[in-house]
Amino acid sequence: MSVMKEGTYFMDGNTACAEGAIAAGCSFFAGYPITPASEILERIAQRFPELHGSYLQMEDELASIAAILGASWAGRKAMTATSGPGFSLMMENYGLGLMTETPCVIVNVMRGGPSTGLPTKVAQGDVNQTRWGTHGDVGVVVYAPSSPQEMFDMTIQAFNTAEKYRLPVILLSDEMVAHMTEKVEIPSKEDMVIMDRKKPRVPPSEFMPYCPDEDLVPPMANAGEGYSVHVTGLTHDEQGHPSVDERTQNMLVTRLIDKIRKNADDILDYDEYKIEDADMIIVAYGSVYRSAVEAVDMARDKGYKVGLLRPKTIWPFPEDRIYDLARKGTDAFLVAEINFGQIVFEVERCTAGACRTYLAPKMGGSIHTPEEIFDRIVAIDKGEIPPFKE
Amino acid sequence: MSIRKSRDWFSPDYMAQKPGIEATYGLHPLDEYLRKDRIPHIWCPGCGLGVILNAYLRALKDSEIAPEDTAVVSGIGCSGRAAGYVDVDSFHVTHGRAIPFATGLKVGNRDLITTVFSGDGDLFAIGGNHFIHAARRNVDFNVICVNNFNYGMTGGQAGPTTPSEAKTSTTPWGGFEQPFNLPAVAAGAGAVYVARWTTYHVEQLIKSLTEALKKKGFCFIEVLSPCPTGYGRKVGLKTGKKTMQHYKENSEIKNGADPSEVALDPDDPETSIIVGKFVDREAPTFQDVRGKIFGEARKELEVE
Ligand SMILES: Cc1ncc(C[n+]2csc(CCOP(=O)(O)OP(=O)(O)O)c2C)c(N)n1
Ligand code: SF4
Ligand SMILES: [Mg+2]
Repeated sequence: MSVMKEGTYFMDGNTACAEGAIAAGCSFFAGYPITPASEILERIAQRFPELHGSYLQMEDELASIAAILGASWAGRKAMTATSGPGFSLMMENYGLGLMTETPCVIVNVMRGGPSTGLPTKVAQGDVNQTRWGTHGDVGVVVYAPSSPQEMFDMTIQAFNTAEKYRLPVILLSDEMVAHMTEKVEIPSKEDMVIMDRKKPRVPPSEFMPYCPDEDLVPPMANAGEGYSVHVTGLTHDEQGHPSVDERTQNMLVTRLIDKIRKNADDILDYDEYKIEDADMIIVAYGSVYRSAVEAVDMARDKGYKVGLLRPKTIWPFPEDRIYDLARKGTDAFLVAEINFGQIVFEVERCTAGACRTYLAPKMGGSIHTPEEIFDRIVAIDKGEIPPFKE
Repeated sequence: MSIRKSRDWFSPDYMAQKPGIEATYGLHPLDEYLRKDRIPHIWCPGCGLGVILNAYLRALKDSEIAPEDTAVVSGIGCSGRAAGYVDVDSFHVTHGRAIPFATGLKVGNRDLITTVFSGDGDLFAIGGNHFIHAARRNVDFNVICVNNFNYGMTGGQAGPTTPSEAKTSTTPWGGFEQPFNLPAVAAGAGAVYVARWTTYHVEQLIKSLTEALKKKGFCFIEVLSPCPTGYGRKVGLKTGKKTMQHYKENSEIKNGADPSEVALDPDDPETSIIVGKFVDREAPTFQDVRGKIFGEARKELEVE
């Protein structure tokens, strides 16, 4: 496989995502064109012949995600990419992937919604959909890149987490990050960490396909390896057999959620900026993070003690960190997101009344300017804006 | 004798003390292909599904295909439960999505001889779009469609193959839609092999399945199947036996018939049920064509 050579490139986010997938070992891609994600399909389609990869353009997103689940069970690292309308269609088999513990990566390049919305412009309206969009109780992992560089790095990270913890991992990008062209450093092969799924360590006669190791992740036998696995979206026991037993349901669903919860220390990732003495902490992710950094600098210049917490994994969410900060002298959190309030609910939940939570909403179409966030900081400081939900 | 509630059947307690089926009944000739600990199956007395599963397994055996080289993918429904009984890599996925899942599986590992085993509702209502596109692509796998003319699992509702005017649980006053003629849909969409049999035509069905397992490309086999519980009892075919009798008396084998002329009216005793092998042609598969195009691309790019 010819992964791009080590070096410095000038690349847009979608291209960097496709190259990150290739670097991670992705050799199967199924998708359906949609703005603003199509360049990922196009780049993969261009690159896969030389990599002996399989590119499939499916009839819709229901089929795209079904195909990558099938390919994953054939032993491939597989990915699909879409935007809101397609992501909504994928909710069905996102659930199947979580239930059957099928490693793969789903890229959602967010655009304005609801419905067909604003196809060519940025938004962050799908955040809670990644967490709660499929039915039933699930544990999920979602990365939110803020630059083309992170489109590359986090796509690799998403594949690694998918393989390590056996689940579909979401790369939640947005139109701004996907279409922005910037410097991207591609490291040497030796400097990249690439992970692969755990394989069975016992012969087929002793293999229990859904019997987890201590890390709560079961080793995975691919189809065609002689393990005769049965995979079902029904509640199943450790043998993989369907069961209508309450105890089995309890064991399975609890494990699927604990698999993420109890490994959150390993999966969770966030950045902090000028947070030590901050009275007010901005929470921002994805493209808005870039404006927020500047807003913090502007505020600091004017003497406001403002810091920034930026979740790199949206789920798991840095709940303990926010809980601690809220109790250790932070007066307020200000969440800046391109929606009418989604992550703000998480922040509010984590602060648990220990400090105030504010929202800088935005309806989609463009990101917050640093000035907009700065003005909000000033207004909050002057008491001109009520906390969220007041 | 105590009555077992259905939920007890799969409970770990029951499974632990269940008397060995083998000790009681001896080995079944197809045991090597079955997950024996999953038997008894959930299908009703008189259901045609056992016959069709048996035919598929016989075809596997006749074709001398090793269990580890094959995979079964099913959607949701009574027919979809087949995946749970075959002792090969088997996938019981979401309703309607067996075909795109199988597409990924097969393209992901071209050595897996892959069969989709599912119901008429699964494959042609919720999954209809996937069906025509897989046939168009000519992906190399087989689709067995168990056509019992209704949604069996959910209680006998009308579906895309239910004969017009038939009374079902959602058409209590009679239906008012036209059913698909499945072989015509398959042939029109590009399937390279199209056959229809009934559960009465076991030997022909096994032969067709054996041919399909060997053949490269998208092969489609429709099997008309009794569903006394969901459908039959509402249309005067109260038992599996009565339905088999009906198939026996009203079927007419017409190999090579034009698929557009084999539309069914299975409940009308005046018209016959046309069965047979309708299409068997050669066409390059999805993977053949893609391999060729990608090969040329590699030449142009001067890479291996
Ligand atoms: C998305 C979704 N919608 C509805 C159902 C409920 N459902 C389960 S099986 C079934 C119909 C199955 O009919 P068919 O494919 O003909 O299989 P049969 O039971 O007749 O063999 C339906 C509607 C479901 N499982 N998923
Ligand atoms: S409902 Fe019909 S298809 Fe389902 S098991 Fe019973 S007889 Fe068979
Ligand atoms: Mg049916």
